[in-house]
Amino acid sequence: MPSFIEVENLVKIYRMGNVDFHAVRGVSLAIDEGEFVAVMGASGSGKSTFMNIIGCLDKPTAGNYLLDGQEVASLSKDKLAGIRNKKIGFVFQSFNLLQRMSALQNVELPLLYNGSPVKDRKIRALAALKSVGLEDRAYHRPSQLSGGQQQRVAIARALINNPSLILADEPTGNLDSQTSIEIMTLFKRLNKEHGITIVMVTHEPDIAAYADRHVYFKDGKVVKDE
Amino acid sequence: MNTIATVKIAVNALSINKMRSGLTMLGIIIGVAAVIAMISVGSGAREQVSKQIASIGSNLLMILPGAATSGGLRMGFGSTPTLTFDDAKAIGTEAPDVAYAAPLLPGTAQVVYGNQNWSTVITGTTPSFFDIRDWPVESGVAFTQRDVDGATKVALIGKTVKENLFGDEDPLGKIIRIKKIPFKVIGILSRKGQSPLGQDQDDSIYIPVTTAQKKLFGTTFPGMVRMITVKANSSSALKDAEKNITALLRQRHHIPAGREDDFSVRNLTEILAATEQAAKIMSILLGSIASVSLIVGGIGIMNIMLVSVTERTREIGIRMAVGARGWDILMQFLIEAVVLAVIGGCIGIMLGIAGSWLISHFAGWEIAISPMTILLSFGFSAAVGVFFGFYPARKASLLAPVECLRYE
Ligand SMILES: Nc1ncnc2c1ncn2[C@@H]1O[C@H](COP(=O)(O)OP(=O)(O)OP(=O)(O)O)[C@@H](O)[C@H]1O
Ligand SMILES: [Mg+2]
Repeated sequence: MPSFIEVENLVKIYRMGNVDFHAVRGVSLAIDEGEFVAVMGASGSGKSTFMNIIGCLDKPTAGNYLLDGQEVASLSKDKLAGIRNKKIGFVFQSFNLLQRMSALQNVELPLLYNGSPVKDRKIRALAALKSVGLEDRAYHRPSQLSGGQQQRVAIARALINNPSLILADEPTGNLDSQTSIEIMTLFKRLNKEHGITIVMVTHEPDIAAYADRHVYFKDGKVVKDE
Repeated sequence: MNTIATVKIAVNALSINKMRSGLTMLGIIIGVAAVIAMISVGSGAREQVSKQIASIGSNLLMILPGAATSGGLRMGFGSTPTLTFDDAKAIGTEAPDVAYAAPLLPGTAQVVYGNQNWSTVITGTTPSFFDIRDWPVESGVAFTQRDVDGATKVALIGKTVKENLFGDEDPLGKIIRIKKIPFKVIGILSRKGQSPLGQDQDDSIYIPVTTAQKKLFGTTFPGMVRMITVKANSSSALKDAEKNITALLRQRHHIPAGREDDFSVRNLTEILAATEQAAKIMSILLGSIASVSLIVGGIGIMNIMLVSVTERTREIGIRMAVGARGWDILMQFLIEAVVLAVIGGCIGIMLGIAGSWLISHFAGWEIAISPMTILLSFGFSAAVGVFFGFYPARKASLLAPVECLRYE
């Protein structure tokens, strides 16, 4: 039986003018369901590029990627959108909330794109907000929330469709250490209690310590996996 | 994603930047208002012309004395330099394709009834005239061939004359004096309205042509009339009727071959149809000029939507990351553009109607606002939204999620 995430010889080449830049050069990796993986490495080593491909936001130049047994490289854009909607939750360094909307509407956003009934949306979004401890901030705009609260709204949004995978690219990069600990505790709980697979990029060893497995990138290659 | 939700999102997005949305709409508002006002004015003018054409009757020919030359009317030489009552009679009875012919001998005179007096046009003619013009008598009776033969002093009066001379009194059977000669009013003509030349056709009195010739105006030649009006059997018979009348009159006037006619036959219907055509072209022209402003408004929408797509690249990225397909993004921006155009269109329709009303009120022009025009403008503004919104929306939908998320 294949692993939950299986990449083989993944290559991503950016073309700038007539110079090719190899951001990811032959990464092979298998991640099982329920793992909590920290991706580490120097800036520019290709971590985000790798995460985007894993998250179906970008397509690799070459190589294979099996997600939950499904070959992803051959899928259409719309199919990829469907996978992002149902299977994957994203947590970004800069939160990426829509400023014009309330926390609740932000959390509801993924439900808009899978035909969930209108009356269900609010109930589910409130439940998701509750699970991150923000039910009393449902009608606040992102600008009325602290960084940690915003990141928790983003996590609630990532959780709304009960994904099996959470991809977090430097989720604590914009947060102080106390808030970072709160977020990591939340991640740990999601991983342990709900069995959600988490792949997280971080530069900080004490954040990485929350993960069970550490993958190190260097110049577009995995150099250490422990 | 359902439509109502999308429309809500669109309205929400547009209300973020009210000033900009308003200014963008302004183009459509002005465009639609202009289209409605111009079409209303144009079709009003057309309707007026059509009404006037209907008021003078259809399939008409007018025969005037003198040859038609570039310099206008000129008296012919040699033969009888005029049209006569007998010419009219001959055309009516002998010329093929002619339904009726009636001579006309008009003149202006003072008309007196009791202590009221009124200056109006008195026209001598025959009973056929009322058939030619489709002009029925409203009360009383028309004069008959017997009145023409006997040159009796009877008169049919138009509505305007009735109102000015008699007021509320019943004119039937009353005696009016035209140039001091007493005439008995035997009928009142129904209301006819303005002629294509803008004259009040109801400001007139009709009497037997013979009475006009012998008793009222006197003529240089016996039996002379000013013109003859003819109704052809049908519109397709007009050309033949014209030919037959020409042949008949040339023969009656003893005009040798090669010599010019000493009369001219005019196709009134043709002239009026040309006027109508001109009015139609005018309204199309006005409408198309106004449409240009609608298109300019559409370009304004496209411009703002392009700016909006660029500004909201990150939003697009976020939406795509959580599962929006290209189609969802396309619809979001397209509906935004259409909402913009349709709201602008609705305001424009109201302004256009108000504007048309003001034009009709202050310029005194007739206007015609048809529901069709309104519906069309509404549809057109929605179409402008779709057309000019499509490119920006498609551009947004084709963006790559990674690029959008990286966009600052
Ligand atoms: N769209 C792009 N076009 C060209 N080059 C790119 C593009 N995206 C990334 N790169 C290059 O690819 C390399 C890897 O970038 P990536 O964002 O994956 O690094 P990273 O490991 O996430 O770094 P950081 O820790 O700073 O986030 C970088 O050198 C970057 O300049
Ligand atoms: Mg990065």
